[in-house]
Amino acid sequence: MGLILLFLIPAAVFTGMAVALVGVIGVAIPWVASHPWGAWAMDPWFQALIKLGLLILLVVMPIASLLTWMERKQSAMMQDRIGPNRAGILGWRGWGIPHFIADAVKMIMKEDFVPAKANRFLFTLAPLMAIIPVFVTFAIVPFGSTVCPDKILQVITDTNQCTNGIGLQTAKMDVGLIFYFAIASLAVYGTTLAGWASYNKWSLLGGLRASSQMMSYEVTMGMAVLGAFMVFGTLEPQAMVYAQGPNPINWGIVKQPLGAILFFTAAMAETKRTPFDIPEGESEVIGYFVEYSGMRFGIFFLAEFIEVVFLSAIMATVFFGGWQVPFLYSDGFHLFGHALQMPHIVVVILQTTAWGMKVIFFCWFQLMVRWTMPRFRPDQLMNLGWKRLLPISIANILITAGVVLAFQAAGSR
Amino acid sequence: MIETKKMVLGIKDVVDLQEEDDMPTEPMTLNMGPSHPAMHGTVRIILTVEGETVKDADVQVGYLHRAFEKESEYATWTQVFPYTDRLNYVSPMLNNVGYALAVEKLLGIAEKVPERAQYIRVIVGEMSRIADHLTCMSAGAMELGAMTIYFWGIKAREWIWELLEELSGARMTHSYVRIGGLAYDLTPNFAEKVLALFPKINQVLKDIQDSLYENRIFRDRMDGTGMITQERALSYGWTGPTLRSTGIDYDVRKAHPYLVYDRFDFDVPVGSKGDNFDRYIVRMEEARQSMRILEQAFKQIPGGPVCLDDPRIILPPKPAVYNTIEGMISHFKIIVDGIKVPPGEVYSYTEGGNGELGFYIVSDGSGRPYKCHVRGPCFIITSALSEMIVNKPIADIVPTFDMMNMIGGECDR
Repeated sequence: MGLILLFLIPAAVFTGMAVALVGVIGVAIPWVASHPWGAWAMDPWFQALIKLGLLILLVVMPIASLLTWMERKQSAMMQDRIGPNRAGILGWRGWGIPHFIADAVKMIMKEDFVPAKANRFLFTLAPLMAIIPVFVTFAIVPFGSTVCPDKILQVITDTNQCTNGIGLQTAKMDVGLIFYFAIASLAVYGTTLAGWASYNKWSLLGGLRASSQMMSYEVTMGMAVLGAFMVFGTLEPQAMVYAQGPNPINWGIVKQPLGAILFFTAAMAETKRTPFDIPEGESEVIGYFVEYSGMRFGIFFLAEFIEVVFLSAIMATVFFGGWQVPFLYSDGFHLFGHALQMPHIVVVILQTTAWGMKVIFFCWFQLMVRWTMPRFRPDQLMNLGWKRLLPISIANILITAGVVLAFQAAGSR
Repeated sequence: MIETKKMVLGIKDVVDLQEEDDMPTEPMTLNMGPSHPAMHGTVRIILTVEGETVKDADVQVGYLHRAFEKESEYATWTQVFPYTDRLNYVSPMLNNVGYALAVEKLLGIAEKVPERAQYIRVIVGEMSRIADHLTCMSAGAMELGAMTIYFWGIKAREWIWELLEELSGARMTHSYVRIGGLAYDLTPNFAEKVLALFPKINQVLKDIQDSLYENRIFRDRMDGTGMITQERALSYGWTGPTLRSTGIDYDVRKAHPYLVYDRFDFDVPVGSKGDNFDRYIVRMEEARQSMRILEQAFKQIPGGPVCLDDPRIILPPKPAVYNTIEGMISHFKIIVDGIKVPPGEVYSYTEGGNGELGFYIVSDGSGRPYKCHVRGPCFIITSALSEMIVNKPIADIVPTFDMMNMIGGECDR
């Protein structure tokens, strides 16, 4: 019951957000643009800005904030505790949800302490280096199909037909996931700089552990997703989602089960959470952010949660059909010859909501893992990364390549 | 050396180095504790590390020194009980019993203490032992990152402490045992309440076992780390579960039975390799054996008084104190002057939570101890820590130190 509630509350929040997101991007902005004074609203720069801004403000930040609550409440349930239930807004305690607001207020009000011998510039830079990359990477995440603003109440069979469709994705880049790897690699600077600039031996050890871990696992992460590139023949996430289609039999998890598991493991190591929390390792080296307090620490904390959301989003996009709802085509449901037609706007909202459900599911799953496992030792972590995951992912690539080649040769791809 | 200095100061550039071995490296001195999460706030280890390998470790105890031995010299024999509560504060009953047995040995009344009191001492002692082992097991898992296990174990420990609180009025610092008997008899239905706990505690132990014993990460962290040979363990003077993990079945309860331990049928679990995992399973099995002892004790426990009938040792009942002059004088003499213990010295040892808990007491015939020395098992076990962590990674300090179950109160006294 409790775990269902834990899923339902973020899901409900997300559904509201999805309606708002699609409403603003697909309805409000085209309405502004349809007036002579509002032509600027169709400017691609403005579009990109509004999409990323809304995605972050309406989806990523609420989910990341709710995750802090989910983490505390879910761990409490797993551990037979009650969990947070004190903070309240005018007496409304809401199962501890207001705690994330209380946490934020606490972090902002705390003393902003910088160690005397720390490098002030780098010390300040490090949290920014940690959080900006994870925000930027959201640019490539497709959170819905294409909205046709002219026909939102009609039933349309193919979204490619409409002339001025608005893609629900900030940046449609051909490099796609490579962009993600490139930007995510920058995040390692945040942790390493934090460890180095704090002028603390423990945080230095933590920073070194973080850099070695993140670099090692990036290799596996890239290798694991290569199989998916070959199967779908594209690097671009939106194209991948279209390639997977609404039928779950074509989703990445069916075609690339090994790749999905490898990618999930390696990407979890990137988020630096238990069982991969050796850079933090609060009982060993205490962590690269040991000298950080207040909102500076809060930014690291938030970056970690946003990474969790992002990993879930990529997992959903590449291996679980992205925003595709099973058997929901652009004109409605089709299953075993039965059809249920739906207006375009309903379909789009359903798809965006489905994307959110998948994201929340993977967030939930990561929290489960985080509260179940003990922590690795650094050398064991390296063994796992280099000696087990990497060979398996290379084998996965070879097998996938062979199968893809065979299908191509048979001409039936 | 001069060359190294120059390079460190930046005179010689790294690119000028002939080969990699020219790179100036020097070991780093790292101060672990006393304010370090894994050090319980009571130990400080000055580490010399090369990378993450510990090259030298200087273990410094004493941060929780409370002058137990000196304080005891100013307290009457009875007033020492509250101090013994604070030795191993996870299993205070065992300390109470150990101290009471020592004084009774010097008084020569060890055989005369009523049987019911002896059984109750066994019962509360074994309950404390379960609590002690649960704490060690769960805290050990927690410091490896498995927070959930910790809360499961603590939950079970709290059930035991609730019953001991019902019995003695205090959750941790029970002060329940008295010289020549006990403070009070068992509360009504105590046996039923304890026996009703066993299925729940067994379930918790099974949960812990299920989630850790087959867990690859946990086994990698525990197997083969913190190894010690039988010879080294013996030469350090180890006792208790840590010694038994090396395969030596020395248990004071079996080797030198005290109280009524010779009437119970129980096993002494031993390990084989002397590594951390062996210590873990030895503790787990000992908790189960303690439950076996408790079941037998509740079957065998006779009725009768719980105190010796000797007005020189035992306080008179309250009605006698308030209504008779003899009672009042007797009460006054025991409270103000203390119990008169004949001159002499005695060493009495019992099986504490961590090993042989010895009390060496000297009396000069007055009502206060002339000397009261404690052989805290942790202190002796911790002396081997430095040997066990040298040439191992920093991360291995955590499980090794945890499985020693160093309790600051007992080690530093």
